[in-house]
Amino acid sequence: MSPAPSAPATTGLRRARAVRWLPIAPATLLLLLFLAGPIGYCGYLAFTDMRLTGSATVDFVGFANFRRAFADPAFRNAVVLTLVFTVLSALLGQNTLGLALAALMRRASRPVRTVTGALVITAWVLPEIVAAFLLYAFFRREGTLNALLDQLHLPTQNWLFTLPILAVSFANVWRGTAFSMLIYSAALAEIPRDVEEAAEVDGASGARRFWHITLPMIRRSIGTNLMLNTLQTLSVFGLIWAMTRGGPGNRSQTLPVYMYDQAFLKSLIGYGTAVALLLLLVGSLFSVVYLRLLKVEV
Amino acid sequence: MPVRPTAPAPRPRPIRHGRRCSLILAASLVAGALAGCGGSGGDADTVKIAYNRSTDNNIRFKDAFLEAVRKQFEQAHPGKKVELVPIQAADNDYAAKVQQMMRSPKTAPDLVYEDTFRISSDIAAGYLRPLDDQLSRWDLWGQFVDTAKAAARAEDGRTYGVPDGTDTRGLWFNKEIFAKAGLPANWQPRTWAELLDAARSVRRKVPGVIPLNVYTGKAAGEAAAMQGFEMLLYGTGADPLYDPAAKKWATGSRGFRDALDFVRTVYTEKLGPDPSDALDPNVGTRLATDWMPNGKLAIALDGSWLGQNWIHKGPKEWPAWSTALGQAAMPTQYSQPPGKVSLSGGWTWAIPAKAAHPDLAFDFVKTLQTKENAVKWDVADAQIAVRQDVAADPAYLRSMPGITFFTGLVPFTHYRPALPAYPQVSAAIGEAMESVTTGGSTASAARAYDDQLASLTR
Repeated sequence: MSPAPSAPATTGLRRARAVRWLPIAPATLLLLLFLAGPIGYCGYLAFTDMRLTGSATVDFVGFANFRRAFADPAFRNAVVLTLVFTVLSALLGQNTLGLALAALMRRASRPVRTVTGALVITAWVLPEIVAAFLLYAFFRREGTLNALLDQLHLPTQNWLFTLPILAVSFANVWRGTAFSMLIYSAALAEIPRDVEEAAEVDGASGARRFWHITLPMIRRSIGTNLMLNTLQTLSVFGLIWAMTRGGPGNRSQTLPVYMYDQAFLKSLIGYGTAVALLLLLVGSLFSVVYLRLLKVEV
Repeated sequence: MPVRPTAPAPRPRPIRHGRRCSLILAASLVAGALAGCGGSGGDADTVKIAYNRSTDNNIRFKDAFLEAVRKQFEQAHPGKKVELVPIQAADNDYAAKVQQMMRSPKTAPDLVYEDTFRISSDIAAGYLRPLDDQLSRWDLWGQFVDTAKAAARAEDGRTYGVPDGTDTRGLWFNKEIFAKAGLPANWQPRTWAELLDAARSVRRKVPGVIPLNVYTGKAAGEAAAMQGFEMLLYGTGADPLYDPAAKKWATGSRGFRDALDFVRTVYTEKLGPDPSDALDPNVGTRLATDWMPNGKLAIALDGSWLGQNWIHKGPKEWPAWSTALGQAAMPTQYSQPPGKVSLSGGWTWAIPAKAAHPDLAFDFVKTLQTKENAVKWDVADAQIAVRQDVAADPAYLRSMPGITFFTGLVPFTHYRPALPAYPQVSAAIGEAMESVTTGGSTASAARAYDDQLASLTR
C-alpha cells in the first residue's frame, strides 16, 4: 500500500476504482442474473417437492429428498457406476493414454506425429452425439467390433448389453483422450533438454528418467488435467444416453442419467435437483483429493 | 479483486466524460442483453399447436393431416394464422418437453396433443383449462360415446380434453409361419398357457423366427406398461392395478407376480426377441417396419393401429398384410370370464391454462372435429372411432382390414386408472419388466415395484 495520501486524492482514487468496475458491470450483472440466479434457484428446489406434472403445489420438505436418495438402491447404484465410469475413463483411460501418446509423440518422426495427432483430435472435435452414434454402431450386435471379432474367429457378444458400463467408458476414452494429449504435449515441451541430458549422462534408464524427472516436472499439468478430466467426465450425459439410455436395467445409469430419469421422466424435479447437488458434491470431493495429493496451488 | 500490490497505483484523472461514456455503454449493453430474453407470447392472431411428430421420418401423415386442417381453418378465419409446432421425440421426452412449455405463458402453446394416460397428471399440475363451457355449446359433443367423454374427465368432474379416437389391443399372428408350425389359421388361445404353447411350437418348428413379442422395459415407455404388462395383468382379476374402493394402488398382488412371470418366461425361454433388441428404444419401429412385414415374427401382442404401417404410402408398404396376418383376442389368465382382455387409450386435444388464445384454440378443435375431418383422421391414424357418427361412416368401416375385429373388442376393454400418479406407476412397471427381462427374479422385481409405489404415493 502507498502511504496515506491526502483526502482529495483518496476520493479521486476511489472514484477511479469505481469507474474501472463500470465496463465489466454488464457482464457481472448478466452472470449474476443468468448463472448465479438459476444456481441459487436449484439450491432452493432441492429442498422442495416440486414436480413437473401431477401436483400444482410446491412445498418445502427440508432434507427429505436427500434422505430419500441415500435410501434408494438405484441412487447408490448410480454413485457406484459414476465412480467406475470416472476412474476407468478419466483417470485410467484419458489421462494415462493421453500422457503415453504425448510422451511417445515427442520421440516420433514428424509424419507419425501429424497423423496420430490428427486422428486423436478428430475424435475429440466430433460433436458428442455424432461420437455416440459412431460408437453405438461400433459396439452393437451387428456392429463393426463384432464383425472384426468374427473375422478373427473370436467369440462375439452384444457389448452394449453385456458390458454397458465398459462400452460407454471406452467411448468416453476414445472421445476425450485428445484433450489430455494436448495438455501433456505442452507440458513435456516445457521440460528443459539439459536436465534430461544430465540424467542420461549419469546413466539413468529411460523409465527412471521418466519417473524421477519428467513426472515431477509436469506435476502441475497432471493436477490440472486430472481435475478438468474428472469434472468433464462426471457430467457426461449425451454419450451414455445415446448409446444405452442408462440401460439395460440400470447397469450404465450414472448420476447425470439417473438425474434426468428422475427429474424429467418421473417428473420429480425437486428430487432430481437434490441429486444434482449431490453430483456437485462428488465433483468437489474429487477436486479436493487431487489438490491434496499433488500439492498443486490453484 | 484487490489491486495487486505490485501494480503501480493508478493516477487519478478527471474522468467526467469517460464515466458518462462507460455508464451509457454499460446501460445499453445490459438493456440489449435483457431485451433478448423478454420473448413474447406470439402475436394476437396466431394460434400455436404443439403435437408429437413421429421419430420415423417416413411417417408424416399426422403432419399432412394437420397441415390440411390448418388451411381450412385459415380460410374460414381470415386474418388468423396457425403455427404448427411439431416435437419429434420419443414418447416420454415429448411429454416432458410439453410440460415444460406449459409452465410459462411465454412458451405455452394454445393447443396440445395429450395422451389420455398423462392428462390427469397434467390436470393435477394445473397445466390445463376445463372446457365444459365450450363443450356445452358445441352441438357435436353429443356424438361422443360416454367412455370417451370420460377419458379426459378429471377427479373434479370437469372435462379437459377432446378425444379424437381410441384404440384396442390384441394378438396379431402371421398365418404363413403358423402353417409351418402346424397351428390353425383361425387361432384363438383361451389361456396364457395356450398362448405360450403356440410360441413354443413356433420356436421348435420354425427356427430363425421370433415366436412372440411382448413389449418390455423402460425404453419402450408406455408401450411396455400397457401393450405388454397390463394386457396380462387385467386378465388376472378385477381392478388389479388400482383399487377404487380402497383408493389404493395394489401392491404385492398375486396377479402382478404372475404377469411378471409370464414376461420372464417369454424372455428366459427365448420365446421373445433377443433382450437387447427388446430393450432398444426403437423396438416398436423395428417390429412394424421389419419384423412383421419380413416374416421374422410370428405373434405380436400389439395395438389395433399396427396396420397403418403397411398401407399404401405408409412407412413400409406391404400389400399382402391383410391376408397374411390374422387377429386373435388376448385371453384371460385361466380363461376366467369374460375370457378376453383389451386395454384402450387414445389421445385428446387439450388447451393449456396459460394459452394466449384459448378461444381460437377451441375453434381449431372444432375444425379438427368436423365429421369429415374426424373420419379422415381416424382412418389415417388407424384409430377406433369414439363418435357414433364416425363409427357408422362407410368410409371408416371400409378403412382397414381387421377394424371390425378391433372395434369388437371395445366391450372387453379397460381404461387405465386416470390418476395423477399413473405415469410414475407406469415407469415403475417398466423397470420391473426390464429387470425380469434381463433374467432378474420375479420376487425381487415385484418387491422393488412395491417399494417404488410406497415412495410415489406418499
